[in-house]
Amino acid sequence: MEEFAKLIDRLIYTRSRNQKLDLIAAYLRDTPDPHRGWALAALTGDLEFPNAKISAVRTAANERLDPLLFKLSRDFVGDTAETVALIWEARPQPKDAETGPISVGDLVEQLHNVARKDAPALFAQLLDRHDPDGRYALIKLATGAMRIGISARLAKTAFAQAFSLNVDDVEEVWHALQPPFLPLFDWGEGKTHKPDISDAACFRPFMLAHPLEEEAVDMAEYVVEWKWDGIRVQIVGTRDDVRLFSRGGDDITAAFPDIAENFDAIGVVDGELLVRGDAQGDANTQGSAASFNALQQRLGRKKVSAKMLREAPAFVRLYDILFDGKNDVRALPWSERRPLLDRFQPKLQQGRFDLSKIIAVDDFEQLRLVREGSRDAAIEGVMLKKRDSPYIAGRKAGYWYKWKRDPLNADCVMMYAQRGSGKRSSLYSDFTFGCWNEDGELLPVGKAYSGFTDEELKWLDKFVRQNTVNRFGPVREVEKTLVLEVAFDSIHSSKRHKSGLAMRFPRISRIRKDKPAQEADIIATLRNMID
Amino acid sequence: MRAVETALVTHGHADHARSGHQRVYATPETLAIMDLRYATHDAGCPVAYGEVFHLGPVSISYHPAGHVLGSAQIRLEYNDETVVVTGDYKRRSDPTCAPFEVVPCDIFITEATFALPVFYHPPTQDELQKVLDTLKTNAESCVLIGAYALGKAQRVISELRAMGYDKPIFLHGALAKMCTLYEQFGVDLGELIAVSDAQKTDMQGHIVMCPPSALNDRWSRRLPDPITAMASGWMRVRQRARQRNVELPIILSDHADWTELTDTICEVNPREVWVTHGREEALVHWCGLRQISAKALRLVGRETEDDG
Repeated sequence: MEEFAKLIDRLIYTRSRNQKLDLIAAYLRDTPDPHRGWALAALTGDLEFPNAKISAVRTAANERLDPLLFKLSRDFVGDTAETVALIWEARPQPKDAETGPISVGDLVEQLHNVARKDAPALFAQLLDRHDPDGRYALIKLATGAMRIGISARLAKTAFAQAFSLNVDDVEEVWHALQPPFLPLFDWGEGKTHKPDISDAACFRPFMLAHPLEEEAVDMAEYVVEWKWDGIRVQIVGTRDDVRLFSRGGDDITAAFPDIAENFDAIGVVDGELLVRGDAQGDANTQGSAASFNALQQRLGRKKVSAKMLREAPAFVRLYDILFDGKNDVRALPWSERRPLLDRFQPKLQQGRFDLSKIIAVDDFEQLRLVREGSRDAAIEGVMLKKRDSPYIAGRKAGYWYKWKRDPLNADCVMMYAQRGSGKRSSLYSDFTFGCWNEDGELLPVGKAYSGFTDEELKWLDKFVRQNTVNRFGPVREVEKTLVLEVAFDSIHSSKRHKSGLAMRFPRISRIRKDKPAQEADIIATLRNMID
Repeated sequence: MRAVETALVTHGHADHARSGHQRVYATPETLAIMDLRYATHDAGCPVAYGEVFHLGPVSISYHPAGHVLGSAQIRLEYNDETVVVTGDYKRRSDPTCAPFEVVPCDIFITEATFALPVFYHPPTQDELQKVLDTLKTNAESCVLIGAYALGKAQRVISELRAMGYDKPIFLHGALAKMCTLYEQFGVDLGELIAVSDAQKTDMQGHIVMCPPSALNDRWSRRLPDPITAMASGWMRVRQRARQRNVELPIILSDHADWTELTDTICEVNPREVWVTHGREEALVHWCGLRQISAKALRLVGRETEDDG
């Protein structure tokens, strides 16, 4: 427990990602099984103890401490775990009781086995055995809410780093394993092979595309598909289970039962999750998809209502196949995988799954025209896939390219600024900008924190500091004099914002020091850009 | 707080000492600090620790509070009843000022900045050892310590010197004048260099000090890969430290922590405790639990959190 507590304490105060990785990796290398596995699960959010909740800690605190002093302290600190860690009044232990810090493994075992009614007493006994750092770490581990700025991905990356493995390989087996991940550590230490996960409905890392930057590619080597604006999704069907994963490996099955229930096959496929509608595409393309906004209504939900299923039915436009039945086909070239996908798709419920159309393009000039037309067809752009590319994790140069349509542009006026985080914490780098309405009032239309060079950022930061008219906590309101040319992929109507508009991927493309603020764009112009 | 004819001032922090009074009674050190900060040269009446003087029927004396250079508790006696106003105080040793003196009294008016049981200030040297350890393992960086300009900065430097740290310490411009004043009163701070007179590389592997407000500001960009530290009692709470982007929290305060506050009340053993400047409710409640008569005295002009 002492080592884990030290790790948590240092992670809290470490800002650099590399230093965080080093700290976690060193802990995972130096700590024996099963303790390190449980600790890793705590960091990735894979630990849960149904009977050991924060309310039990609160009960224990109120029994041991003066309730008003505890309450006042809790109000000040803002976090029950930290408050209890700081003010716990330890009692001397009875003679026969175990004293001193507990091991992570023993802690997990006791938390697993405790009955709900006994949890406060267990916490009291555990808190008595630890110092404030140990108490903090054990409450955080027990109650699951670490909130120390470590994502699951970062913890897995640290594991990979600790044992010189590829993080995508780790990600691939991760979902099939349970804490304390003994096969994972055995593999890491070279004692066994990579764990066999063929029967589990688990996530495989996605293959991703590079933006097209080279002038031209040889169209004899590439196929072209439309780039749809939904979310990439992976569907995994095994004999007993179907799972949907987002690009980051999050299990989103519960939010899309209309997809999962209609996937009745064994295999793993990759596609774009979309909602039925007519915003994207037209008669000449493939179409029948709603805007990203419509899909967004359905994302991030634990449960989905019948009304939502009816009004915003989801479907998947299939791009690729990773497993055909139980056969891993990822090493095959795209040109051999696609026919497998063509044969796989008819096994699925029609209307819920269709195939991404291959666009006939003879040469690069023609592709240029196709891409230019994608704005009219309200499609995000085109994808280029090398015919001989295997399906491999991550971005591999030369295999897949995305070529988005040219962005839209608008001249907006800077309204508010906020400091960035990490390396940018001393700089005002997040900007809210607006356009004029008919009454000559500026309304915010978006927020951007990229697109500028380091030099430009320095200039913008200086502008903010010299033109502040108001402060609202971390936010500065500035003199409405600076015009920013903002580039964005598309714009949609939105009820969330006063302007009624929401931009997709806005970034600052130019600082228009030459342009007076009065000549910035009006809201109506932006509204006309809605697809 | 408004200007008055006669002011009794405990110490030089801005929430206790304002300018514009006609006559100010304070220790010579406090008067010098007020002159430096306000440049008003109010009619100062220097009072030595322990010296008794009279204002009308009230006899008055000043006693060390152990808070910052020149800080005093003020004892007032009238009709056989005595009141002690602590101003701000602490009980831990501080090489830059005289230690707190227990003054028996009927009514004890105590500060309450850290009057919650979460506040415990660990041994000073353990906290500063963290800085020295960090320097050892980060030769390319500097450790940038945010510390309040009056008291905290000089105490940190002085404690580091007492621990044998004799390398130059680099200072933000806002700290320089007060350090010079401390030195004039005989507090040896060793070699100090203004950051504006130094090259980036000079500061690698060294300690740089600045007021807390400069920690995350543009000013810090001139430093070699600074590791952000802050010396304050508030650093006891992790979330507070994180909010300020502190990487190396140094729990070190010029105020009494919970144990010091409660121990001092027991030691002084007054008939009645009045609580002000901070978290009055918790300390009044604690007194109630021990059958000590206590009430909250709400005063204007509470300190900012930088003064921790």
